[in-house]
Amino acid sequence: MANVMTARNLRLYYGKHEALHGIDLDFPKQKITALIGPSGSGKSTFLRCMNRMNDLVAGVTITGSLKLDNKDIYSPKTDVVDLRKRVGMVFQQPNPFPFSVFDNVAFGLRLAGIKDRALIQERVETSLKQAAVWDEVKDKLNENALAFSGGQQQRICIARVLAVQPEIILMDEPTSALDPVSAGKIEDLLLSIQDKFTIAIVTHNMQQASRISDQTAFFLDGKLVEVGSTKQLFMAPQKEETSDYLNGKFG
Amino acid sequence: MDEIKRQLTKASKATRQDRYGKWIAFICTFLIGLLVVSIFYLVASKGLATFFRGHISLWDFLTHQDWNPGQVSKNGVPSVGALPMIVGSFSVTVLSAILATPFAISMALFMTEIAPKRGQRFLQPVIELLVGIPSVVYGFVGLTIIVPVIRAIFGGTGFGILAGTLVLFVMVLPTITSMYVDSLRAVPRFYREAALALGATRWQSIYKVVLRASIPGLLTAIIFGMARAFGEALAVQMVIGNASLLPHNLISPASTLTSVLTTGIGNTVMGTLPNNALWSLALILLLMSLGFNLLVRLIGRQGRFTK
Repeated sequence: MANVMTARNLRLYYGKHEALHGIDLDFPKQKITALIGPSGSGKSTFLRCMNRMNDLVAGVTITGSLKLDNKDIYSPKTDVVDLRKRVGMVFQQPNPFPFSVFDNVAFGLRLAGIKDRALIQERVETSLKQAAVWDEVKDKLNENALAFSGGQQQRICIARVLAVQPEIILMDEPTSALDPVSAGKIEDLLLSIQDKFTIAIVTHNMQQASRISDQTAFFLDGKLVEVGSTKQLFMAPQKEETSDYLNGKFG
Repeated sequence: MDEIKRQLTKASKATRQDRYGKWIAFICTFLIGLLVVSIFYLVASKGLATFFRGHISLWDFLTHQDWNPGQVSKNGVPSVGALPMIVGSFSVTVLSAILATPFAISMALFMTEIAPKRGQRFLQPVIELLVGIPSVVYGFVGLTIIVPVIRAIFGGTGFGILAGTLVLFVMVLPTITSMYVDSLRAVPRFYREAALALGATRWQSIYKVVLRASIPGLLTAIIFGMARAFGEALAVQMVIGNASLLPHNLISPASTLTSVLTTGIGNTVMGTLPNNALWSLALILLLMSLGFNLLVRLIGRQGRFTK
């Protein structure tokens, strides 16, 4: 199985403090990779390296390599804007723009310079369908996206990312601000789109990780302790820390 | 037993303090409310006397061009046509707002999005300083610099709407800028992050998200600026020329509601028609600022970042 993204000895420093201690991790194509671990273990930080969102934080330096299709995304030649079109991101809090649903989903397309209205309309519809929110918003496409419930907003945000047709979708605890029913809908939609996208999801919910992911990576104190197929990691963890964490002995 | 009962049923010290506090707050609020109501009453009663006791029709007042309340015209009633002042006031207000808005947007963006640190350190004090300069100083600068420059370039006296607009431009710029800075800061950070994560450049995220999300805030800021321009008296009076003529161009002497008020108030006798006519102008000013306030409220209600 081809890997879409590979990290090798990735280290991240806030000033002089080393927050990620050499991460080696592969993201296989069209699989869901779950990043688990206690708060402050570096999993979100790692995720934000993958579309260079950490560039926005002052004083961050990154060493090692992080390759998308064998090209280092931290090389000076990388076009960050282009990278972020290929690596989309869904945030913890639903963050639709205060515009209409249609404008939200069409935002990335218009950024990419697409002017063809029919194409935009078609992409908005397919994206909203893929994000399993079409039936709830199809008659209200011109209403402000903030008028919808949190779960609907989050699915609109997912549709907004899908519309750009990225190769990888990063998700930073996308369901932690939602109720279980809304979270369930998002899990279902992730399973339904995984044949088209490669997904990396940070989650605190270990049941969620075991339900939807193919591969699970366990982070602790800025180190990648263990990575393996989800089944193997949950049923027969190799490291003691992993086993302790999964059994709720800490974290 | 009775002693204990009395102790227990008596209001505690905290309760009494609470009650005093409530009363003090209530009385203060009431007094201020009364003040506002009585100002309105005074201005309205004096201002409306022109129409009820002076038998001037409201329509004539708003549409006639001759302003000479001291003398009786040919048809037997004093000429109190406020149209030149109304036009003058609106012209300087709207023009200065139009002129100041692009500058205010750029400065506010510079201070919040482009160089927050330097903006904070250098521009913030500059803007605060501009707000603090007394309007007579602005008028004086306008009189000694702007008026002669206009005279040299366009001819004429140099006094007029253009000079008034330029002086007001400098005066409303800091108002609009600082209010717009506040509303840009209120745009949540995650909108910017979301836009960047979708592949927006920094400029696209500013232009397509931050600016768009802050439009209600911008409108509020502009209206506040306009309210300030509309009500400004002294600086405008010094450069506008004070001729109650309907302005035909930007460089002929004109007047505003406020400039006629300040020049005329000392030359009339209380209770007479000329005096009441000035009160009518004041009433228009009051109603306009009320209108500006209502507009701000209306926009504010629509433009909140509610979830």
